Amino acid sequence: MISLKNKDIISILDVTKEEILYILDISKRMEEEGSSEILNGKVLANLFFEPSTRTRISFETAMKRLGGQVVGFDELGTTSTVKGESLRDSVKIIEGYCDIIVLRHFLEGASRLTADSVTIPVINAGDGASQHPTQTFVDLYTIKKVKGELENLSIGFLGDLKYGRTAHSLAYAMSNFGAEMYFISPPSLRIPKDYLEELESRNVTYHEVESLNEVSSKLDILYCTRIQKERFSDPVEYEKVRGIYKLSKPVMDELDVKEDLKILHPLPRVDEMDESLDDTSYAVYFQQAHSGIPVRETLLATVLGAIQ
Amino acid sequence: MKKYEVSAIKEGTVIDQIASRSTFKVANILNIQDIDQVVLIGYNLSSKKLGKKGIIKIEGKLLTQEEVNKISLISPDATVNIIKGSEVVEKFKVAIPDSIEEFLKCFNPNCVSNHQDIQSRFYVINKNPIRIRCHYCERHMGEDDIELV
Repeated sequence: MISLKNKDIISILDVTKEEILYILDISKRMEEEGSSEILNGKVLANLFFEPSTRTRISFETAMKRLGGQVVGFDELGTTSTVKGESLRDSVKIIEGYCDIIVLRHFLEGASRLTADSVTIPVINAGDGASQHPTQTFVDLYTIKKVKGELENLSIGFLGDLKYGRTAHSLAYAMSNFGAEMYFISPPSLRIPKDYLEELESRNVTYHEVESLNEVSSKLDILYCTRIQKERFSDPVEYEKVRGIYKLSKPVMDELDVKEDLKILHPLPRVDEMDESLDDTSYAVYFQQAHSGIPVRETLLATVLGAIQ
Repeated sequence: MKKYEVSAIKEGTVIDQIASRSTFKVANILNIQDIDQVVLIGYNLSSKKLGKKGIIKIEGKLLTQEEVNKISLISPDATVNIIKGSEVVEKFKVAIPDSIEEFLKCFNPNCVSNHQDIQSRFYVINKNPIRIRCHYCERHMGEDDIELV
């Protein structure tokens, strides 16, 4: 029997295929059943050392819809970190005030350090360019919902595959389901070797290409990512790749694609997807964004032991 | 015939089959500059197994486990010979451990282990060629990325 009670959700590498399917099943139930009081009396500490409106609000909403309370902060300037306090000390103190920690941090591995430092469950809400596992569960939930299954899909990852942590996490997760993967990016934003090594060790068939046209007809899912200006130290390098891929209805009309292709994007978008795409049958990214609530409700409720 | 003092040692350790290009890195690991007894370093010697190899002989020293672990990461074929009374009394090949704590630095400048006062921690995911994964940021390092501390 699967139980996620007290499990830290830090990296998709820590989660088994069975646990993924379990989380997706409960998420479906959460979406169908709506609000409840199963987390009444529980307190979530939302510790956002790096700003993220969407993820923070969706965790807050999820916790409140299940009857729980939320404390926390969303900017570094209000924390003891600016006084020189170590992350370990900060979270060990906050642990005494709450039942679960959700953490976003600008340093890679900060969530793992937090989980190692406290005894209550920790959920990684994104650390640096590393993992963002809860977004991955949202992506998986959306894919399962729109395609009916996760097995043996062809999935294209488009855009910033170097810094795009959501693409990295999703690729790892989809490796459990026999996916064939197409990594579509300019040479300077190719997926790092680390991730390809991990995929190779899981016997994933993958292809690296620069042009979407080369592979569009093969795809069941196209996962777009934003080219993240904030990850570039050199603005000249950013300008070289900015706007390199622009999806729109006219572009899709010209492309050879499967009729039931679905396009996902973790949002926010900049100029990689035109609004004209929104009303096409391909676009499921707003549905994807809304799935953040039932999925995060599920993660909070299962690691807190409210659902066994 | 003159007998060279450095040709053999009586009591100490011989590290043999060192990948030639790693010879001086091994010498650094062993802090040979602080050793006041006889030290012999051979470099680019011919080797059937490696083509070219390095060898280091140190009088009066036994390696610590940490030193053996460090050597295994940069020269996984190295062998350690313990010498007593001019005889080899024990010989073993260095073995790469499954996990490594403390003496490695993560090469990712944005890894939390490089910004907080914590012990680094790594898992060996492949031994030949060496690939290790950081416990914190999960980035992979190869032989060229390894920085011993």
